[in-house]
This record gives sequence, structure tokens and C-alpha cells, in this order.
Amino acid sequence: MLTDIRAASDRSLLVRFGDQISLESQGAVVRLTRALESVRGILNLHPAYSSVLVDFDPRLRSHEQIEAQVRACLDSVDASPLEEPRTMEIPVRYGGEFGPDLEDVARHTCFSAERVVELFAAAEYMVYFVGFSTCFPYLGGLPPQLATPRLGAPRKHVPEGSVAIGGAQAGVYPLASPGGWRLIGRTALRLFDPQESPPPLLRMGDHVRFIEERGA
Amino acid sequence: MNSIRVLSPGFQTTVQDLGRFGWAHFGVSASGAADPLALRAGNLLVGNAENAAGLEMTLIGGAFQFDESATIALTGSDFSADLPLWTAVEVKAGETVRCGRSRTGARCYLCIRGSIAAPKAMGSASTHLMTGVGGRALRKGDVLPIGDEAVRRPRRGGTAPPFPADGPLRVTDGPQAGWFQGELYRAEYLLTEESNRMGLRLRGAAIPSPAGHMLTEGVPLGAIQVPPDGQPIILFVEHQTTGGYPKPANVISADFWRLGQLRPRDPVSFERVSVERALELMQAGEKWLYGL
Repeated sequence: MLTDIRAASDRSLLVRFGDQISLESQGAVVRLTRALESVRGILNLHPAYSSVLVDFDPRLRSHEQIEAQVRACLDSVDASPLEEPRTMEIPVRYGGEFGPDLEDVARHTCFSAERVVELFAAAEYMVYFVGFSTCFPYLGGLPPQLATPRLGAPRKHVPEGSVAIGGAQAGVYPLASPGGWRLIGRTALRLFDPQESPPPLLRMGDHVRFIEERGA
Repeated sequence: MNSIRVLSPGFQTTVQDLGRFGWAHFGVSASGAADPLALRAGNLLVGNAENAAGLEMTLIGGAFQFDESATIALTGSDFSADLPLWTAVEVKAGETVRCGRSRTGARCYLCIRGSIAAPKAMGSASTHLMTGVGGRALRKGDVLPIGDEAVRRPRRGGTAPPFPADGPLRVTDGPQAGWFQGELYRAEYLLTEESNRMGLRLRGAAIPSPAGHMLTEGVPLGAIQVPPDGQPIILFVEHQTTGGYPKPANVISADFWRLGQLRPRDPVSFERVSVERALELMQAGEKWLYGL
């Protein structure tokens, strides 16, 4: 796996592990993020599919110092095993007002709505990273036959807790926001409460299952 | 406890410190003062730690009544207040500080000796408007407690920062600089009305969408991203933490304060500098601040 380290700004360094979405690069991202979490002078870490952006205080650290620290971490953490992932269960009500796009997904994938839910709920997902705007979990593991393109124009208002498909990815909207993914259901579980301090419910590396919730 | 009452919030007034760090891996960006130089200077002038919470006013300022005497400083743009800028001044018990329409840039800061004692969320008092982390914009009737966290004597007779607010914004190469042909440096843009604390949206000659496979990656403050329509967006203090648009350049730290002072329809252009030069320019700002 080729590692590319370059300045992204005068106060940040972008560390990339190839340019593909893979479990190998995801493992490298998780390890590096964990290793850098408590390093003095580092202000923020932005993990993504196969990269970590490191924001630092340029009054305390230089790009060279941060790069040396990153390389030292890469050398030392390479072999360390990741901790056992947690499996989180998310109760979901599918279709109807909770999942206004379920029928569209069914049409696109040539399955019945019931079959879409069955396939979706049978799969195990992994949180590749948490990002975008406030605790949005980017989930890998969507059954490929359920992949459905995003909406042509994003909705202005996606309700909090919406469970959605965006291309080959799945996700849950932690807060009401605009969004272009296909909404197939909704969870009553709060992924993030702005009044409470994190950590949020879902973290990088977690395994996720969506459990169908029925009834009124 | 000493407090101030919001008689009028103006267009958009929020409590801001220098931001909330350490949560980007949960998708929460730092937020913090849009013009950090002005907030830091205001805090240093009244004798606060530079990270103390103050009020950030946007375009049209508010009116704030003090229930006890206080030492305050107004910094940033001239919001038609009846007080001098960039110096510590005394207000009496019962007095009201009134700010109005801006005569210069987009933001003015009211710093109060002792700091605004707003509750902290995730380690910071900064309001993140897009998510509600740290509260909301101030409303008429809000009462804000004043703390007693001053750390040194106030400074009178300060001066405005000796850095010009106009001229091209200085930038360093972004991670995808090689995908572009320098179009960014040949164009003039205008800041659009759709700009906010999350992003500054520009309008001008469209930059051709570069070819290249782009995977969503982390994005820093000041990143200039070019979406398919070719109109650049500068990621601002409440930016998303990850994004999938290519980034030809990134505004330098020394010019972050200028981003906070841009108003709709202001002209924007860019000049490329090296990281070394960017850090020299940042040091000049630090030197001025600590000379206050």
C-alpha cells in the first residue's frame, strides 16, 4: 500500500493510503487516527476512506515534524491489531413516511420493497469513517444489488434518523439536514445530541446491523 | 453575577471563542471566530486569555446593556458604534453599547473583561450554527453572564492591525493543485449572498472540472474546492470535515481573518505563495498581537 504524505494547507498534512476503498486502507486509517489522537500540537484528525487529514497548530509544529511523527506511527502501529469491533444494532422503520424512497429503490433494483428491506437488514455494515457534517457515518457493506444512484436534486430537508442509500454506500442522517441520498427508513435512535458531549453512537470501525422494527 | 442583556441582536450575533478542536473525526468542525485576529486582539486588550468567549456580530451589530460597570473592547470592522475601536474602554452600570450597520467589513467583536461565561459544549463556548452545537444565535432578551477570568491588566490605546484587508487572498497549493492549470489565479470573483459560516461561495469565470478520480477526504479550514459547476467555494469555520471535490488551493492562516471580513459582492482574487512564505506572514500577525 503506497503512502502519500503532502501538505494540504499551511497548517495541515494529508496522509493517503492509496486511492481505493478497501479494508486494508481502512485499517491503516483507523490505526493512524488512534495513534495520533493525543499528540500535542495536533488540533484535529479527519479520517476518510483511505486518508487522514492532520490539522496542527503551525505555531507549535512544522509540516516536517508532523510528517516525522506520522511516519513513526506508521512504522510502529503497522502490525498492531485493531481492537475487536463493536456491533451496534439500529432499529429501523422502513418505507412509508419513514422511507419515502423505498419504492424508488425497489423499482431501480427490480426487487419488491419487502425484498429490499430483507436484503438491507440481512447485511452487516462497517463504519468506514464519520464525517461530512456532524457524525454522519459512512457505511460500507451495502449489498451491491441494492446500490441506487442519489437523487437528481438533493432534498432540502431530510429528517433526523433517516436511513439512506447513496450509490453503493449506506448511511444514517444524525441531524435534520439537506441531503441527496435515497431514504428507505428511519431510526428513533439518536446518533448525536448537540446538547450532549460526544462520543456519538457510531464510531469509525464499528459494525452495524439494521433491525426491522414493526408496528405502531 | 455580572451580566449583559441583549436589547437587540443585530443581524446575526453569536458567542465565539477560537473554536472546538478534537472532534473532526466525529464530523464536527472547529467553528470559532470568523475573524480570529480581531477576537484575539479584543481579548488581549481587555486582559482576557486570547481564547476567551466574546460576541461576534455580523453585518449589522446589536445593542447590549451592562448591568454593572465593565471593561470592553470593540475590534474588527467599524459597526457605527459610539466607541473607539481597538482599545479597552470602560462602560458604566446600566450603560448600553449600541452597534449599527457596518461601515467596513463583515464582522465586529465585543470582548468583555472576564469573558462571556457561556456554557461550554465539547470544550468550547463557540456556537456552531449549522448543527446547534454550543447554542444558537442570540435573541432579544437573552442574558449572558460575565465571568471573572481576566488574566492581565487591560491595554488602552491599541491600534488597528497594520495588515491590508484588500488585495488578493494568499493561498498555498491544495492536494489536487496538479489537476488544475492555474485558472484560479487568472480570474476575479465576487462573494455571493449564499455565503455563511460554513462556506464562502464565489461567482466568476467557471474553472473547468478537472479529470481525476476523487475519493472523499478530509478538508481543512480555508480549502478552496471546485465543484462540477466550476464556481469555487472557500470552506469556512463551520465547514464539513470531509469532502469529495478537488481543491486547487488553500487560503493561508495569515489571511483567515480576512475571510471573516468579506461581505457579499466583495471582489475576491487569489495569489499563490509558498508554505514558507505563508508561515512568515503568520508570524507577522502573531508579532503584532503580542505587541498589544
